[in-house]
Amino acid sequence: MQKPIILDCKNVWKIYGAQASRIHREHDGNPSSETLKDHGLIGAVRAVNLQIRQGEIFVIMGLSGSGKSTLVRCLSRLVEPTGGEILFEGKDLLTTSDAELIEIRRKKMGMVFQQFALLPHLTVLENTAFPLEVQGIPQADREARAREVIELVGLKGRESYYPRQLSGGQQQRVGIARSLAVEPDLWFLDEPFSALDPLIRREMQDEFLRLQNLLHKTIVFITHDFDEAIRLADRIAVMKDGKVVQVATPEELVLNPATEYVEEFTRHVSRSKVLTVGAVMTRGGDDIKTAGDVGIGQRIEAVADMLEASELPFKVLDDEGNAVGTIGRQAVIDVLVGRVLKK
Amino acid sequence: MNLLRRIFLQKAALFWVPIFAVTWVLSAYSFPLYKALGARWIIKYPAGARLQLEAKISAFMQWLVEDASFGLFSFRDLTRFISSLIEAPYTFARNALIDGFSVGLGSDAVDVAPSLSWVAVIVTLAAMGHYARDWKLAALMAGCFGYLAVFGQWDSAMVTLASVLIAVPIGAIGGLLLGVLAYRVPAFEMFIRPVLDLMQTVPVFSYLVPILFLFGFGPVAALVATIIYAMPPMVRVTIVALRGVPSEVHDVGVMVGCTKRQLMWKVIIPSAAPTLMVGVNQVIMLSLNMVIIASMIGAGGLGYDVLTALRRLDIGGGIEAGVAIVVMAIALDRLSQAFATRVADELPSNTTQNLAGRHPWAVTVLVVAIGTFLLSYILPAIQDYPESMTLSTGTFWSDVIGYINVNFFDTFEAVKTVFLTYLLLPVKRFFVGIPWAWGIIVMTLIGWRVGGIGLGLLSGVLTAFIAAVGLWNKAMVTVYLCGVSVLVASAIGIPMGILAAQNDRANRIIGSFIDTLQTLPSFVYLIPVVMLFRVGDFSAMVAVVLYAMAPAVRYAAHGVRSVDPQLVEAGLVSGCTPRQLLWRIKLPMALPELLLGLNQTILLALSMLVITALVGTRDLGQEVYIALTKANTGQGIVAGLSVAFIAIIADRILSAFATRARTKMGMAS
Repeated sequence: MQKPIILDCKNVWKIYGAQASRIHREHDGNPSSETLKDHGLIGAVRAVNLQIRQGEIFVIMGLSGSGKSTLVRCLSRLVEPTGGEILFEGKDLLTTSDAELIEIRRKKMGMVFQQFALLPHLTVLENTAFPLEVQGIPQADREARAREVIELVGLKGRESYYPRQLSGGQQQRVGIARSLAVEPDLWFLDEPFSALDPLIRREMQDEFLRLQNLLHKTIVFITHDFDEAIRLADRIAVMKDGKVVQVATPEELVLNPATEYVEEFTRHVSRSKVLTVGAVMTRGGDDIKTAGDVGIGQRIEAVADMLEASELPFKVLDDEGNAVGTIGRQAVIDVLVGRVLKK
Repeated sequence: MNLLRRIFLQKAALFWVPIFAVTWVLSAYSFPLYKALGARWIIKYPAGARLQLEAKISAFMQWLVEDASFGLFSFRDLTRFISSLIEAPYTFARNALIDGFSVGLGSDAVDVAPSLSWVAVIVTLAAMGHYARDWKLAALMAGCFGYLAVFGQWDSAMVTLASVLIAVPIGAIGGLLLGVLAYRVPAFEMFIRPVLDLMQTVPVFSYLVPILFLFGFGPVAALVATIIYAMPPMVRVTIVALRGVPSEVHDVGVMVGCTKRQLMWKVIIPSAAPTLMVGVNQVIMLSLNMVIIASMIGAGGLGYDVLTALRRLDIGGGIEAGVAIVVMAIALDRLSQAFATRVADELPSNTTQNLAGRHPWAVTVLVVAIGTFLLSYILPAIQDYPESMTLSTGTFWSDVIGYINVNFFDTFEAVKTVFLTYLLLPVKRFFVGIPWAWGIIVMTLIGWRVGGIGLGLLSGVLTAFIAAVGLWNKAMVTVYLCGVSVLVASAIGIPMGILAAQNDRANRIIGSFIDTLQTLPSFVYLIPVVMLFRVGDFSAMVAVVLYAMAPAVRYAAHGVRSVDPQLVEAGLVSGCTPRQLLWRIKLPMALPELLLGLNQTILLALSMLVITALVGTRDLGQEVYIALTKANTGQGIVAGLSVAFIAIIADRILSAFATRARTKMGMAS
């Protein structure tokens, strides 16, 4: 059963340039690339449709200039979209009043920024409590809540430090703590780990997955790093030139890239980390002698050693425990050398 | 050099050489030409066609003061209201620092409470020094203000300090609010930008005139002038600082659901605080500068001492007061800079401590203030520094200057004569000879060439204004003095800057020298110059050079230092000698910065030039000064505008040059 849709954006446009909204209107909300070019306009976000479901990690992936940052700013209405609808829990954000919007942001949204964006004059504790302070929550209450989230992100003991006294990774932990202080339903992360060193980045990704296992937030995560997207995402939207090229699970993306552009990204991805048993198993084969069972949803990486060590193939069981096919060491080798054919 | 040559000589020669040649010929032969043709209009703008602006402005001011009304209240009520707003805190500050509090007027006055004792003031300032940085700064503060007490400048210094104490908060907060408004309302910014430009280029004397007219002679008028003078940079710094806040920080504020007010006061302004403090430092230094100058319209204090000493040619007294100003300027500058860069304590202090533990300095200051107040009944010396113990350096300075003048008179005279004969006079002849009509044409052409038709029209119209109000000759004297001073300042300043950029030790020495030069109020420069060279154009030039040199040094150093290190390495790898490295790589790359430095030098030179009217120049500065002594508003404003227009033309043309140089080198900003 599919989870309910939390954020639904329909035909969202953001066009930069003089008289952008007039051109947008005159072309029935769907100006072509040529129209934009003729008027000297830049289509930062073009005709984007996305449904983000409760509890999923939805990653928007794209290179710089692809419009992903603008899109996430449209979703949070930091940037005013030129056209379209953005339904948050069924309510169109583009028509809500400023006062309502402030209320939604105070109670239901959280956002983490690429450059951390901590307030330099506040301590870790004050920074974390800041969203609550803005709401006028009494000092004792907000600090108690801030201490909880600070502990959650593993910064206990540093409450009275100033941002400049922390490392980049620690600063982003504060950024995360701050965005979680209000217990948001919808959590935006705009390239949160891009400014960090590779080792720290990896550590922070693990930390992020740990937090999500605890909190089950609905997440919109922006990145330009395809490996990061593959690692974290339940679903990925790939963006190019302001358009969403493909929305799919990491596995589908690797197996069935919609365009050459997407394929280019998937080419160097380690397939054994993405593909599941189900994607490469041989269907049927109930009568074959097997060495044991593997789950259909397991990643090849996780079962590779076992399959390789055995002469006999393994039986593949689906989520209900029914045998649906078999998988042997040849499949593992195929995956590792990239011989998996497109379905 | 190749690059330099390419930028300036290719094709450009076809424009600049003929322009200069024609100007030269017309300048040299304008007088014979007028004789030959019998056309006096060639050298003098026809009186019949003059714009009668002076009289109109004067009449308008007269009307403003006497008849203007806004319905409920008249203009005069408004100025009175402003006066009273400023006067009350000023009187309080003055009473607290020097006069003491009393009730009643004149001989009936009854003393209520004495002012803060000199000991208490020094302890307060030292405490602030320690709070802002460390014991060294505390010692500097104590030393500086101790100097003022010991050397008998205490009373004047406290009068000056009281003015600064009132002007700074008003200037800083006013500037901040205007800056916030400009940041939030683009239309307001469009309006205020040209106003700020004009404020920064109009010479200070010229708004002393209308203020004198509106507020009368006295400390309030001086404070109004000071606030008006010190506020524009704060507005500018505020706009820049608020814009400089990273967009993500702004977004954080929006995303956590700040209202507009919360966003501004809780997110943006605190994030911009370090830059804003730089603005406050500027307000302090400019206020001090202006409080000194405003002694001409009744500010009193150290500035007044300098002014009277200059008028009486009292060498010792002038230098004494001048040194006191320098000491105070350095103390205030260091203190406010320390506040600007002050890093908050590593960890917040323990809130469980008692009052004295949490605020050790506030408590100390309070104890000292009360203690000295009580002690002063037994020991009056604690209240007022005893006169018998003051040291006077006046005679010493008179002797030194006397000695120099006796023994080095010939040397100074020779230097002066050489400069006058070979530099000042020829340049003066050249500029003063230019016929006004050709001047307008040539400025239009140059503006057009450098920055397009818009700039051409602007410089043409502004030049025409100067001719039309009948100030052409005086304006040309200003241009000549400014030009020569800038030339000399650049000839000294740019090599110093280059040296500073290449050598760390030189950088430290030159850096602190320039820092000190820049902290000094402009008035101070006049003192030694007049003592050594007496009045005249040469003295004015020396004062202007000293005052205007700083940006030439700064920008040259910065330009050379910020050349891409990879380019320098590329030069080294190609086997450049240090000399080649400098001439072929560093200087050409630093050219845009050098031009900006030149621009700043010109602006500073113009502002100083007006002040040198006090030492007897015969240019627009003199015109403003005369207006000031006669309280002739129209004359003052017209002459002030003329100076401002010269500054604006120079600024726009040089900025356009710098932009061109930058684009040609592919460093477009």
